[in-house]
Amino acid sequence: MTDIPENDVPLARVDWNSPEQSARLKKRYRTEKIFKSLAVLSLATAIAALMVVMVSIFTTGISGFTETRIELDVTLDANVVGDIANMSRPELETHIASINVNNILVRSLQAKFPDVTKRADVFALLRLFSVGAQSDIRKVILDDPTLVGQTVPISLLAGSDVDMLMKGNISREVEQADRKITDQQLAWVDQFNEEGKVEQGINWTFFTSGDSREPELAGIWSATVGSFLTLLVTFLISFPVGVGSAIYLEEFAPKNRFTDLIEININNLAAVPSIIFGLLGLAIFINFIELPRSAPLVGGLTLALMTLPTIIITARAAIKAVPPSIKEAAIGLGASHMQTVFHHVLPLSMPGILTGSIIGMAQALGETAPLLMIGMVAFIVDTPGGILEASTALPVQVYLWADSPERGFLEKTSAAIMVLLAFLIIMNGLAIWLRQKFEKKW
Amino acid sequence: MSVFLLFVTLIVFLTCFYYVGKKRSLLMVNGDIRKLHSLPVHYGWAAGVNSFIPGFLVLSVWALFEGTILDHLLILNLGEKAAGLAPFELSNLLNNVKSFFVSDSPDETLRQYAQYYASTSERLAWSFFLAAIAASSLSGFFTLKKMKPDVNSRNNIENIIKFILMSFSIIAIVTTIGIVFSLLFESIRFFDQVSITEFVFGTKWSPQTAIRIDQVGSSGAFGAVPLFMGTMLITAIAMIIAGPIGLLSAVYMAEFSDKKVRKIAKPLLEILAGIPTVVYGFIAALVVAPFIRNTGELIGLEIASESALAAGIVMGVMIIPLISSLSDDVISVVPQSLREGSLGLGATQTETILKVILPSALPGIVGALLLATSRAIGETMIVVMAAGMAANLTVNPLEAVTTVTVQIVALLTGDQEFASAKTLSAFALGLALFVTTLALNAVALIIVRKYREQYD
Repeated sequence: MTDIPENDVPLARVDWNSPEQSARLKKRYRTEKIFKSLAVLSLATAIAALMVVMVSIFTTGISGFTETRIELDVTLDANVVGDIANMSRPELETHIASINVNNILVRSLQAKFPDVTKRADVFALLRLFSVGAQSDIRKVILDDPTLVGQTVPISLLAGSDVDMLMKGNISREVEQADRKITDQQLAWVDQFNEEGKVEQGINWTFFTSGDSREPELAGIWSATVGSFLTLLVTFLISFPVGVGSAIYLEEFAPKNRFTDLIEININNLAAVPSIIFGLLGLAIFINFIELPRSAPLVGGLTLALMTLPTIIITARAAIKAVPPSIKEAAIGLGASHMQTVFHHVLPLSMPGILTGSIIGMAQALGETAPLLMIGMVAFIVDTPGGILEASTALPVQVYLWADSPERGFLEKTSAAIMVLLAFLIIMNGLAIWLRQKFEKKW
Repeated sequence: MSVFLLFVTLIVFLTCFYYVGKKRSLLMVNGDIRKLHSLPVHYGWAAGVNSFIPGFLVLSVWALFEGTILDHLLILNLGEKAAGLAPFELSNLLNNVKSFFVSDSPDETLRQYAQYYASTSERLAWSFFLAAIAASSLSGFFTLKKMKPDVNSRNNIENIIKFILMSFSIIAIVTTIGIVFSLLFESIRFFDQVSITEFVFGTKWSPQTAIRIDQVGSSGAFGAVPLFMGTMLITAIAMIIAGPIGLLSAVYMAEFSDKKVRKIAKPLLEILAGIPTVVYGFIAALVVAPFIRNTGELIGLEIASESALAAGIVMGVMIIPLISSLSDDVISVVPQSLREGSLGLGATQTETILKVILPSALPGIVGALLLATSRAIGETMIVVMAAGMAANLTVNPLEAVTTVTVQIVALLTGDQEFASAKTLSAFALGLALFVTTLALNAVALIIVRKYREQYD
């Protein structure tokens, strides 16, 4: 019984303390260390990339929210302004819009710099100021018509180049030929600066106006309204349709090939590139149904088709999470299936559905490519008044400004991105808050 | 606009019939609700919906076929004048007649037709309007009349709602069909003008076609190979960056890190995923591309300012969160017992991960990588803003290349002539893109689904 067959050699005992073995162990530990640090490094890289994105947007964009103004003693020449003493407010408005403010500005500048006489020099001097400076003067006259004939200090919007100079984006060390501001203009700006007449303030224009060719006058308001209208259409279509199909697929659909097909379809649609939806919108909504190009209606419809899968998938998950006991209780009390769904399952799953929908909306808000396809890339100054008017959207505005060669648009682009990100953070924050506040663990 | 007005009218009808129906059902049983088969609300809904549906059908017919019917009537009226015309001349004539400018046109007959058109379209609109209202009210009254305490209103209305819900879920399929058909139709028109072999195998891409016949130097070449190569190059760079980083980040968060790190890192990666692609494009053009070019200059390399490398790196950063969250999911599905078994046998954590966890999660990881690849192929804004426009056939990441999506955007933004080969080629590119991404997604989804079933 205790015989050990000769050929059954017992396993050689491993001497774990032998030099080879401790070398092997060392190697294994080294691999462990290397692998772990690689993994840490990867995560750190990803987070560092996020930091790079955020920091570069923030550092270039923060100055986009400020503007430079130069205070100038402006003589509101009664001969130029005309007789406005007895005008009613609407008359005054139309009259002031027609007066030659440029003339007033030039004369006031010449009064300050009497030695500037050459035509070209006067123009160079005038270019220190933005086109928007004219409306600053108009506004002063409109606010207090009795000032006409007097010389009043008015804070005028500086041109983009001066703005960039004051923000340190144009270097003084560069040769004059490579600089957008001449030495002469520099001297003038310095003179204003020494007199304490140059000031920086919050750029409200950026929030209240539409696009402009002049960086210092460009704003995001019309793009924001365009985005809002587009998202409104998107939400009004994709939310009811998405929730409806989620209810059907989760609660009523029979298990057969057809519903399988729908499911596979939805999963695939969720991964179709957004630009394809843009092509669909162009071919169907614009060329076939002949809806107006560039309109928020078309943009909204296209984005609705794009966000639909996201909403359906999240809504289904939310509906699935409602425990069957609640449904059974309702049915047991005599409710029909439909009543059970609409009175109990849907309200209980609403927080989850809303969370998913908000996340889908946030995606739609940041989407650019499909909107390019359906022509929402126009240069829009006016605020769109309805869903059929030509408009643009925030991300498209970012794209358009990023393409502009002027240095002044660079900070506007980053500033617009900051606004866009702020909206996204608010939406996602809302979604997280909803989820934490209302979601029940069954 | 009057379609909208009609819609509002129908909604008003619906509301009215709803209230009348609700009231009437209670009146029928003298307020004794127990004698009703369904709740009063159901009777109300039945009356309202029954009045709405026929009206809505008429409205749909109107909205869809108004143009066709009018054209038809107009052609009948034009009679001989329209008989001998080629299709495009006819549509031109019709457009002229329909335009508002024609009312002060010197051509007497044209003015007449314009007047005829205006009056007919108005009459047609009125008749549709009245027809819709008549159908709506008739059907509504009929339902009210047939209402009895034992009518099974609840089931009827629920069947209608069920039908509506089902039609909502069919929209997803309709969308897919819409995509396939719109791409296919335009592509077929494109392949009428350009042979399919030239498109798939041609190596020269310059879509500028001649506007005038005698124009020089713009013959138009539609060989898409440089675009496919460019797309693949940028995608490859992106995957080389995002694959290891995304996967290792997921491994770290799932296997090594304590809960605190995970709690901070995961939302950060979600933020990275939530940044709009146009922002990445801006960063690529503003920060990464100049950085790469300057670094290249330092070590004596000449790098294009719109190099494939810059776009690829930024695209890689964009898809890191996608890969890490998908792989995180599949890694956490691997049963704890496998981990414990391996660790119990004396394997280090790294050995457990490399030899046990990753192999058993491999199908899911492959699926994640495929999904990420498809995402990178279809990504538009980064390459539009950071990659080049010229179609270079090269595999050098330091040169500028263009991609399928860049060309689609370039071909379809700005003024366009719809039937030209240039515009249509965008749809052929779109079709190629759609088919590729669809195949990748399908394979990925099948793999992921199959794998999930293994451990569930």
